[in-house]
Amino acid sequence: MSDKKLKITINGKKALCGKHETILDAAKKAGVRIPTLCYDERLEPYGGCRLCIVEVKDVPRPLPACTTRVKDGMEVFTETEEVRRLRKNVLTLLLSNHPNDCMTCEATGNCGLQSLAYEYGVDGKRYAGETWDLPIRDDNPFIIFEPNKCILCGRCVRICNDVVMAGTIELSGRGFDSVPDTAFGKPRTLENCEFCGQCVSTCPTGALVDKKGRGKGRAYEMTKVKTTCSYCGTGCNFFLNVRDGKVVKVTSDFEAPVNQGNLCIKGRYGYDFIHSSERITSPIIKKGGRYVEATWDEALDLIAKRFSEVLAQHGPSSVGAFSSARCTNEENFLVSKLVRTVFKSNNVDCCARV
Amino acid sequence: MAGLATSLGAGAATNSLAQMPDIDTIFLFGSNPTEAHPIVSIHLKKALKKGARLVVGDPRQTWMAKRADVWLNLKPATNIALINGIINVILEKGWENKEFINKRTEGFDELRAKVREYDLKTVEKITGVSGNAIVEAARLYSQAKNGMIVYGLGVTEHNSGTENSMAIANLALVCGQIGRPSTGIMALRGQNNVQGASDLGPLPATFPGYQSITSAEAREKFEKAWGVRMSPEIGLKSVEMLERACEGKFKGIFILGEDPAQTDPNVHEVRKALDSLEFLVVQDIFHTETTKHAHVILPGASFAEKDGTFTNGERRVQRIRKAVEPLAGRAEWQVICEIATRMGYPMHYTHPSEIMDEIASLTPIYGGISYERLEKESLQWPCPTKDHPGTTTLYTDLFSRPGGLAKFMALDHKGSGEVPDSEYPYVLVTGRIREHYNNGSMTRRSPGIMELVPEELLEINAEDAVKLKIKNGDKVFVSSRRGKIRVKVRVTDRSQPGNVFLSFHFPEALSNLLTSEHKDPITGTPEYKACAVKIAKK
Ligand code: SF4
Ligand code: SF4
Repeated sequence: MSDKKLKITINGKKALCGKHETILDAAKKAGVRIPTLCYDERLEPYGGCRLCIVEVKDVPRPLPACTTRVKDGMEVFTETEEVRRLRKNVLTLLLSNHPNDCMTCEATGNCGLQSLAYEYGVDGKRYAGETWDLPIRDDNPFIIFEPNKCILCGRCVRICNDVVMAGTIELSGRGFDSVPDTAFGKPRTLENCEFCGQCVSTCPTGALVDKKGRGKGRAYEMTKVKTTCSYCGTGCNFFLNVRDGKVVKVTSDFEAPVNQGNLCIKGRYGYDFIHSSERITSPIIKKGGRYVEATWDEALDLIAKRFSEVLAQHGPSSVGAFSSARCTNEENFLVSKLVRTVFKSNNVDCCARV
Repeated sequence: MAGLATSLGAGAATNSLAQMPDIDTIFLFGSNPTEAHPIVSIHLKKALKKGARLVVGDPRQTWMAKRADVWLNLKPATNIALINGIINVILEKGWENKEFINKRTEGFDELRAKVREYDLKTVEKITGVSGNAIVEAARLYSQAKNGMIVYGLGVTEHNSGTENSMAIANLALVCGQIGRPSTGIMALRGQNNVQGASDLGPLPATFPGYQSITSAEAREKFEKAWGVRMSPEIGLKSVEMLERACEGKFKGIFILGEDPAQTDPNVHEVRKALDSLEFLVVQDIFHTETTKHAHVILPGASFAEKDGTFTNGERRVQRIRKAVEPLAGRAEWQVICEIATRMGYPMHYTHPSEIMDEIASLTPIYGGISYERLEKESLQWPCPTKDHPGTTTLYTDLFSRPGGLAKFMALDHKGSGEVPDSEYPYVLVTGRIREHYNNGSMTRRSPGIMELVPEELLEINAEDAVKLKIKNGDKVFVSSRRGKIRVKVRVTDRSQPGNVFLSFHFPEALSNLLTSEHKDPITGTPEYKACAVKIAKK
């Protein structure tokens, strides 16, 4: 097996690609955007939404870019009039059975369907066909499902079954009424769901949304800060979504080397503690058996004074510090430095065994 | 991790998570990743989808155990006997990797002599695992092209936890399943920055980067950088500091972000120790059992309120970034600087990136790491120089021990410090559940998580439940020789008859009141995993 590169052209421009790449992979690498709705890098290509269709020279029918592998010498065209017309048809059809209530929809600004409708100038008024009128499912602490906004891309069902392997949801019902649902339409509980929110993270529309972030701000109003989870040692990355000085939501970082956008319940939904009203907000000093609030200066002066006194009286062998596997590398380094340079011993340990 | 350091050289996972999908035999030991490390489990599931074989060693019938080709349902605390038995089978059948053993290891003869004592009959008796399962596990793992061992706290939180990790290293070395991608040993740790906290030297015997306190050369380097004489005397472990405090010989402790008064087994002793101190400072984001004993409590900053780095379980150094201002105005790194400065040792940094620069200059394994690089790339240590790409697979040619050879350790089965008897007939196993974390101080503040898992549940096998005439949702008393708690019962087939399970996330039903004081003699890791209890309705 040689990894000889294949030569293709995309919209007339030359591109080199690997044997197992699809047209979509190759286009991505070449910086050419092909629209998709049912594609997620975490999933096997599905070829369901028909938006990634492209024309290939000497092939009579347009081909889905996500499932078609490149061949040497292939000439690919991603923006012909014909494929644009076909894509517009698909979008028109999707919007004909869609609430089109972008004004209040949680996904506005972060919705694959909305951006493509905008790009292709489809407004949803074309055929007023039969539309779904299914009840909103708001039956658990984290995930809201609005079936009317579902476009049946199957991403939630695929990620839940193929990646998480939780088997919580499946495409249930037949034909016009089939939607992704839990078995017997039961509410999501720990019995059937992990609450990892992978389904939400992959949904391209406002059908699956994070309950806790609802109404707290549009995607474009958030400052997204990339960070690393503070719970377990896996080290997943994600974005803290900050608005008005508050963390209001966690969203996936699909480029993350460890987790590729996947998270668990703690990482995705366990951020409330940051703004908990029970946080300690100021230094506290024990005075005559009672705890009283103090300024930083008072507290730090007292700490310096008392540690100095104890050290002077009982010597370096009687004072030490516990550092934490919860703190940063820099803080752990400084605790070790503090004990070695100021307490003048090696009485420093972290509870890093646990 | 001390075990891996002794056998291989470094106390760290040998490979990368991203390599997991290409494993063809997974050996999962004492780890329940679908609960404790869900994203690791996603990588493992990818391997399973691609047809990987799976061997699971766990007393509980976990999600993975249900899907395993071989489930080794060993009795708690019999890990060493089981692994010795597996190695013995491998050697008897000639399934070992002779070339690897000859070229890259030492101490093989001692190991061979030792494991001979562990024939199938003996091991069946100690572990309760059937001989057939042991042979099949030995075959699958030794004959795999790429076999990886993934182990968790079920292995390290034992009184012989260090030896358990050495036993695992023995197994990997005998089969030569190490030093290549998608092989090796991945230890899954509990807290987010366990790896970084060990790496950066808040440890009694090592400077940052595992440089020994007893090495004159290392001391000299730090003395030069820090301008103070370094004590050559190995310091006290946390357990020892607390023991001495009880004896009135230890007087002052600064505790940063830990809650030993809840998370340490045998919390009675810890609380007594903390109360005996002349001066205790605790910095944390919430009031905890431990802050109740403090003379000064300082507010901590959450991970969203500061810049810094964490090092994950695969040695990957990753940034955290300040998203909001520290609630009380200061982050921990600033507070430490102020304390040092006020005590006459000026410490000034304007940003944590400067601390990382100092770390890099003093710590060879972090030598090439800087915030600037971390903006552009993801790095796993060892990363000794600014142009080094980091290391995804350890030990590709040499082990980081003197001479570059890995060392086999001949080990004996010792059993749990406390075994069930007629008065305390059940083995209590403690662990984590997916929804909660450690002392629960963070996850219990999430109303959604509390709605799902509001309280501690005692998991008990249906057979035992019938015997005790208890059913789902009943409240029972669980008691050990040390304490007694009241909890609700959950009847499940995940626990085997004779074993019951509790987490330790809830202060109201603190399982650590029950656990035993037996500790790993080498690391001081408390024995969370097994102790004897009785269960009663009244
Ligand atoms: S939260 Fe996770 S487990 Fe639950 S339905 Fe969504 S993907 Fe499946
Ligand atoms: S998101 Fe979950 S698996 Fe990932 S680091 Fe956080 S706690 Fe661990």
